[in-house]
Amino acid sequence: MARRVAVAHTVTATVAAWIVGFVIFFPILWMAITSFKTELEAFNTPPSFLLFQWTTENYATVQERSNYLHHAPNSIIIAGGSTLVAMVIAIPAAWSMAFVPSRRTRDILLWILSTKMMPAVGVLVPIYLIFRDLALLDSRIGLLCILCLSNLPIVVWMLFTYFKEIPKDILEASRMDGATIGRELVYVLTPMAVPGIASTILLNVILAWNEAFWTLNLSTSEAAPLTVFIASYSSPEGLFWAKLSAASTLAIAPILVLGWFTQRQLVRGLTFGAVK
Amino acid sequence: MATQQARTLGRLMLSPTIILLFVWMIVPLAMTIYFSALNYNLLNPGMENFAGLDNYYYFLTDPAFLAAFRNTLVLVGSVLAITVVFGILIALLLDQPILGRNVVRLMVIGPFFIMPTVSALVWKNLLMHPVSGLFAWIATSLGLEPIDWFAEAPMFAIILIVSWQWLPFATLILLTALQSLDAEQREAAEMDGARSLSTFLYITLPHLARPITVVILIETIFLLSVFADIFVTTGGGPGLQTTNIAFLIYSQALMHYDVGTASAGGLVAVVVANILAFFLVRIVGRNLEA
Repeated sequence: MARRVAVAHTVTATVAAWIVGFVIFFPILWMAITSFKTELEAFNTPPSFLLFQWTTENYATVQERSNYLHHAPNSIIIAGGSTLVAMVIAIPAAWSMAFVPSRRTRDILLWILSTKMMPAVGVLVPIYLIFRDLALLDSRIGLLCILCLSNLPIVVWMLFTYFKEIPKDILEASRMDGATIGRELVYVLTPMAVPGIASTILLNVILAWNEAFWTLNLSTSEAAPLTVFIASYSSPEGLFWAKLSAASTLAIAPILVLGWFTQRQLVRGLTFGAVK
Repeated sequence: MATQQARTLGRLMLSPTIILLFVWMIVPLAMTIYFSALNYNLLNPGMENFAGLDNYYYFLTDPAFLAAFRNTLVLVGSVLAITVVFGILIALLLDQPILGRNVVRLMVIGPFFIMPTVSALVWKNLLMHPVSGLFAWIATSLGLEPIDWFAEAPMFAIILIVSWQWLPFATLILLTALQSLDAEQREAAEMDGARSLSTFLYITLPHLARPITVVILIETIFLLSVFADIFVTTGGGPGLQTTNIAFLIYSQALMHYDVGTASAGGLVAVVVANILAFFLVRIVGRNLEA
């Protein structure tokens, strides 16, 4: 009896959960399907869901004619570069706060968090003017720096919460054995910190890849990453749905895959350790 | 325990981060404050003069500001309500025994990884288009009049899109919190004959209070500066119907080249965000043993 109730419960919950999941995921799926239609088919009503002539011509067009291949490397350089620079700055900082904390460490951490609260739009004007005067508008290096700075607080925090969990006894043991700080960093800490560093990198590549305030305001063509490239489809003359879908699918696919790998660490990274 | 050498090294390693973040925070902010006290238009370079508080007066009494302020409240409030309520419901559902839970989880988390320009355009064109969109087809099949979303209910359309982007965030955090709720505690309550509603009200919901607060604060900080979704769909229109404060400042600065007024507006946005940030920092701080 109780068993039958449990089975019924599982079945109901499973059906409901799959429906909810499908509805939430549907816009992404629909975009992917549309990317394999012809432009004519994409506008058709009633829409066809699976039974149409599947074509990959949109992908070919997006690769050839539009500048997808120009903008994708920009995204990779800006997202990857800003993350790497942020890691180089943040790893020593997080290491120092986790292993040689001082009385002020807590205040410093909270101050770092508070710098992330600054709304980008509040400093849009000065940043825009600085970029104009330094000829950084529409440059990859400029965007790389801005995204690096705006993600730095999250990077430091994530790394700190990971480093915090490394048991200190191990460090003491290695110090007893006469290891210098340099050796300790390379041979003892680094191997234990690799998983935390890896998920910090992944989360920040995702955030930088999808960033759409600074990229839209500070780049137009030469340095424009995929966020800006996709935005160009919003103009009336750019309304090619199938090509929009193909370009969008290409723009989100790598990040969706990375994101699915990191989803377990996501909560920690995005709540600054407030929810575990 | 830590030697003097290690302490010095620690400070050295920390300083680049602190210096960079300090400069990143102070220099633009000081410039914003300075510009906000000037009559400064990029179209008339060299004509800057001191304006006192005039820019604040213009920005705050401009009917566009009132409209943008109201729109910001509506947008942030509605998205928060939708994502928190549905986030709780979906998290409760995913916390049940489910076959293929991991796949469902992946589907639910999906929208969070989509760049805002993509989600806004896909919703606007493929789903919400009044003639060829999927919603129009559904409405027609049900014998209803299709809605021209961005003409008839532009703000609602934006709210829907932004909620879709942020629902996964709320769900994921609340689900994580639910899974840390002691199963024994809940079972004990059920043994005592508590109905599932009262278990939810008296045990689950109090347990979720803190994660819900965190979700609300973090989402608010991001939602106050929703920009890309408006930029690629409505451009703030029709009229001012979907102009929020972020978009208003953008249009003052980069479309009207009015640096002074835009800076005053920027400072207003900073003040609002900082009030919220104060509470978030306190909550996080309470949880931090550094």
